[in-house]
Amino acid sequence: MSVASLDMTQIRWHSRGGQGGMTASQLLAEATFKAGKESTAFTFFGAERRGAPVTSFNRVSDTPVKLYSQVAHPDLVVVLDESLVDLEDVTAGLADDGTLVMNTTETDLVDFAGQTFVVDATTIALDYDLQADGTPIVNTPMLGAVAKTGLVDVDVMASVIDDAFGEANAEAARTAYEQAREV
Amino acid sequence: MSQAVDEPEQESETARIMTGTRAIAAGARDAGVEVVSAYPITPQTEIVEAIAEYVESGELDAGFSRVESEHSALAGAGGASQAGSRAFTATASQGLLYMSEMVWWVAGARLPVVMAVANRALGPPWNIWGSHTDALSQRDAGWIQLFAANVQEAYDLTIIAYRIAEDQDVLLPTMVNLDGFTLAETMQPFRLVDPGAAQAYIGDLEVPHRLDFDNPRNYHQMAGGDDFWRFRRKIMDTMETVPDVTKDAFDKFADLTGREYDLVHTYRAEDADVLVVGLGTLAREAEVAADILREEHGVNAGVVRPMLYTPFPEEDFREAVAGAEKIVVLDRATSFGRGGITTLDVERALDRPVATVLAGIGGQNVDYEDIVRIAQEATPGETVWFGGEIQ
Repeated sequence: MSVASLDMTQIRWHSRGGQGGMTASQLLAEATFKAGKESTAFTFFGAERRGAPVTSFNRVSDTPVKLYSQVAHPDLVVVLDESLVDLEDVTAGLADDGTLVMNTTETDLVDFAGQTFVVDATTIALDYDLQADGTPIVNTPMLGAVAKTGLVDVDVMASVIDDAFGEANAEAARTAYEQAREV
Repeated sequence: MSQAVDEPEQESETARIMTGTRAIAAGARDAGVEVVSAYPITPQTEIVEAIAEYVESGELDAGFSRVESEHSALAGAGGASQAGSRAFTATASQGLLYMSEMVWWVAGARLPVVMAVANRALGPPWNIWGSHTDALSQRDAGWIQLFAANVQEAYDLTIIAYRIAEDQDVLLPTMVNLDGFTLAETMQPFRLVDPGAAQAYIGDLEVPHRLDFDNPRNYHQMAGGDDFWRFRRKIMDTMETVPDVTKDAFDKFADLTGREYDLVHTYRAEDADVLVVGLGTLAREAEVAADILREEHGVNAGVVRPMLYTPFPEEDFREAVAGAEKIVVLDRATSFGRGGITTLDVERALDRPVATVLAGIGGQNVDYEDIVRIAQEATPGETVWFGGEIQ
């Protein structure tokens, strides 16, 4: 893009209330900030209740980010809950040279021609006993999968997660980083 | 022209990344507040939570009063200020309206309380997202009003607000506004000020009419027709001094931190034919729209953003917009029967009509691409709605 103030990586997270999408975007902002970037994180809540679709956003740049609007043209989309693909157009605005990271065991849930990573973050969350009220908390494993795209170093990401939520979450992120595969 | 907020954060021990609400709480902490009296309301809640954490951990040595309503929140902060303590509270939306009686009382009593308002729409219908109507509904109460456009400003203005409010020529309460959700809940990098340096910058609090057991007085007695107007006039006269006091507070803050602020922040405004005017985050987003208008549409566009809103810095504003052919106000506050509240204040400072676009009210998403269209389509003298006349 020709306009320098738009020179940034824009990320959109699709999750359900209670899965930790907002926290994931905030931890990613912290990790990219620690890696020397200017970064922002924010969340748009529709209905403020568990299970309702929630959209969170990151912008990562070398210069201060001036944008506060919802991300319309993401470079990276992260989907924490595969059932959301029936409710929302998760790849809306995502360019063909963009990247999609999904928590799923399927490889063809979304019709997207660009780079796609899949990871079974739900099983990883259960393996590490990351649950709240019986719901697997998949946000920290998904951050590991996001590291796989090269956006952030997995060690930096894991250390930020460790500081916030402890070793099990950090290890879950590392496991997801190992298991995430490009399809 | 101030560009302080456009410089990247360097790797530094004082650099942090936080939401706007948490940065406000850190600002109150580093300003050395002694009494906090507050009641939670979305999207301000995190301010109260964070201050409670500071007090609980011992990081902030302050009295923290969890009151039962916003009316009591400001009554408590005002009382503490009357007793000679540096006091803080925060609210939003319905909460600000509920405390409105005390908003006027604290200003009339000349108490230098600082209050953060996480601007949010007023119901009904119920809405938790941004609008400036809450703060501007209290515009005439006698408070100084500052508007932040990023997390750094939210933090800095909280500290600066104490210096302005406590200036012996001012002694008026000061409101620090941050857009509900869009700034309040957005996480951004910013830089802290050393608390000792921040408090030296503000200076020791002196409330000349504070409660004093050795010199007992009555407060808030009846004033009759011969005297009441004198109290009102004193506030009116004081407001005239506020722009210069604020400029001085900004200058001294720049000496301390290197971060330069202006009463009216300008972006690419000097040679602009089209100027977008707004408060807070929408005006920050508009800077990217100005870049696009210049580089892709051949339109010399810029942005003018008052950081001090009450009193309205008319002289600085006139100077900032002097060369523009067209002025477009992105107004997030409504005065039913009159139009946009920001527009009314802008037009009072000018001798020509501006274009008013009511936009971003109640969480309506307005992005830089929308502002590119708005800036081109809006017509001076007309008031239109984004989403309505302009899509």
